[in-house]
Amino acid sequence: MITRNMFDFPGLSWRSPFGEIERMRRDMEKISNSMFGTRGLRRVHSGVFPPVNLTEDKDQYYIRAELPGMETGEVDIQIAGNSLAISGERKIPVEEGVKYHRREREAGSFSRIINLPNAVDTEKIEAKLANGILTVSIPKAEIAKPRQITIK
Amino acid sequence: MADTKDLQVREKQEAAAPGEYTRPGLVFTPRTDIFENEKEIVLLADMPGVKPEDLNIDLRENVLTLSGDVSPFEGAKEQNILMEYDVGKYQRQFTLSEIIDQPGIEARLNNGVLRLTLPKIAKAQPRKITVNS
Repeated sequence: MITRNMFDFPGLSWRSPFGEIERMRRDMEKISNSMFGTRGLRRVHSGVFPPVNLTEDKDQYYIRAELPGMETGEVDIQIAGNSLAISGERKIPVEEGVKYHRREREAGSFSRIINLPNAVDTEKIEAKLANGILTVSIPKAEIAKPRQITIK
Repeated sequence: MADTKDLQVREKQEAAAPGEYTRPGLVFTPRTDIFENEKEIVLLADMPGVKPEDLNIDLRENVLTLSGDVSPFEGAKEQNILMEYDVGKYQRQFTLSEIIDQPGIEARLNNGVLRLTLPKIAKAQPRKITVNS
């Protein structure tokens, strides 16, 4: 929940405003890790489908989501400013004349907005869907890239 | 059928293993649909991130084992900012009650969903045995 709140304020740095709380959360995680091991640990998530993992390198942000069984045309991605919207509908055809033993897979529609921590270049975003994994590569805006400063 | 309901987030289920794995990493239970008709049993399993060459399907006696390896998607220089799900292998076992026609098994992996068709063997015709005296 904390993580989500941070991303709801795109203008603020994702480190500073809740830095203290974040640090406390990490400390708590460390304690629980030492007690139960990492396997018992559950991720903090926002509760909106699909769960995403957001990573960055020097030049880009990467958003990845697991969308098994979805085709490229069924996922809609839009960007405005630095919020990225992912929406779509997962369809599972109903089989006729069969007897179900198990039904654990779910169909339905979804829509999610992810606020990126910093300014991005909206022109050069790339998205691909392979083996049920959606990857969106978002180049950082020039001003948001880290710059080396040489000491004179 | 309410087809357009909103999808809810559901935690990936970690697989319960009888022993510990020697290799590190998480193992999840893929979500699965199983249905049958007169001719065959069909199994659909969500295994996002598994490539066809990394998927193993094994049918021994009447135990069906599915296992799929997932290679990490992230580049080496990427740093995590927000992580909402874990990535790991998939593994699941089923005990089949029907006799399966092994050579007729068909498996297709499409967009991270496995579709496994297991044809049933035609039931042996009941035969009356007459005892000769």
